[in-house]
Amino acid sequence: MDHFPGTHWGKPRNDNIDAYGTYPLHAHQPRTDAFADGVQRTQQPVVTGASVLALKYKDGIMMAADNLASYGSLARFKDIQRASGDMADFQQLKHILDTLLIEQFVQDDGHKFGPTEIYEYLSRLMYGRRSKMDPLWNSLLVGGFKDGKSFLGYVDLLGTTYSAPTLRNWVWRYIAQPLLRKSVEGREDTLTEEEAVKILEGCMKVLFYRDARSLNKYQIAAVTEKGIWISDSRSVETEWAFAEGIRGYGAQTQ
Amino acid sequence: MSPISQPTSVAFNPYAENGGTILAIAGLDFAVVAGDTRQSEGYSIQTRYAPKVFRLTDKATLAVNGFAADGNIFVKTVKQRLEWYRHAHAKDMPLRAIARLIQTMLYAKRFFPYYVYNILGGIEEDGSGAVYSFDPVGSYEREACRAAGAASSLIQPFLDNQIYFKNQVAVSGTSHPKHLPILDVLSLVTDSFTSATERHIEVGDGLEIYVIVASGRSLTELSSIAGIEEVTGSASATDRVFVIRRELKKD
Repeated sequence: MDHFPGTHWGKPRNDNIDAYGTYPLHAHQPRTDAFADGVQRTQQPVVTGASVLALKYKDGIMMAADNLASYGSLARFKDIQRASGDMADFQQLKHILDTLLIEQFVQDDGHKFGPTEIYEYLSRLMYGRRSKMDPLWNSLLVGGFKDGKSFLGYVDLLGTTYSAPTLRNWVWRYIAQPLLRKSVEGREDTLTEEEAVKILEGCMKVLFYRDARSLNKYQIAAVTEKGIWISDSRSVETEWAFAEGIRGYGAQTQ
Repeated sequence: MSPISQPTSVAFNPYAENGGTILAIAGLDFAVVAGDTRQSEGYSIQTRYAPKVFRLTDKATLAVNGFAADGNIFVKTVKQRLEWYRHAHAKDMPLRAIARLIQTMLYAKRFFPYYVYNILGGIEEDGSGAVYSFDPVGSYEREACRAAGAASSLIQPFLDNQIYFKNQVAVSGTSHPKHLPILDVLSLVTDSFTSATERHIEVGDGLEIYVIVASGRSLTELSSIAGIEEVTGSASATDRVFVIRRELKKD
């Protein structure tokens, strides 16, 4: 019995798939792919970028990423993002966002994406992909500034979202987050740019000392009323002389 | 170089557990729906303020707990369905209909469930306070009170004792009250959450208590509460919604 005559444009029904004809069949023919066996989904990150820190301060948002993660930039938009996780997935994500923003630019209808819109889009995208069991293996921090308000949000490969005055990605949860919270929580509206830079520099230093996968070369970015500013690569001064005196934890002979 | 590597990877796990606890109590002509605002994963606090209780209409609030991403999407979809209902019927969906809608939406994903425990609280068409609780795949029930989430096993027995008077014997010649006064209910809610915060690491930071009051009920008791805020949506609404925010310990 064909309950939907006329909706399938003359294509024959297939009783094997839908014996009772409960739905227009053309709409849900299972897709077959000659290369189905070869199709793979990201099940673990391959080339990974490092990490991102972000905090709210008086004038907006400030982020720091060491140069392992500062691959490319979205500085031409009204907000910025640095992603950590799988590089290929990140580039795919950038590509999708680029396409979306070009489309919006071409429409030229006076409506522009702000940070909240970008964040909503990315959250839905990430959640959609996790629901297909085909996740984009990244965690994203979205920072922006629009209409006098700063915005900071997080979304990860599960589609989990949240915002807070300070954010960091997974690897830095135990090292950087307590430092950030101690110096930022409750002071978001009074922190100056200099103080914010100092806090991030402090975190980068501790991270470089303690995280084996970090690099003493990083960038800082600020999103404020004035727009986006991204620093050149910089380093922090480090002191290793004390290491000479440490005994008892390594493979020393003496 | 090694030959083809062994298939050692663990399959991608699309779920996470984000902690927190929710709770709802129905009164005679009011309902109270509360949740803490901490969102965590493992031992890390992701944020100290992620609301878990949402106003759906002027007679319904929904609390969601479990996997936060699923919860947020679920609430969004419920709100969208309610908006469509408003456009189609020029009125808000009644509470028991929202409850059935939620069961259908949950069961529709029976084989890839929303990993979310829902508690719906509000005012029924007959003006009575009501609480509906759901499991992740849609099985639901109308109750007088329910706790769900990380500290549900700490709070539910307390409510059984204080709301249902389980293991309590009334003084001879008297009987236990069927419904508690609103201020008693609110102190039970705050006590539940401060206690759960003491004993459960995933509970804390902030508390949001939504109070839905049936039309015709006096609001004098509520006006004495510090920091109470009205969040009723439409000016013509007869039932009214309030929110009370409290701090919880942050350690």
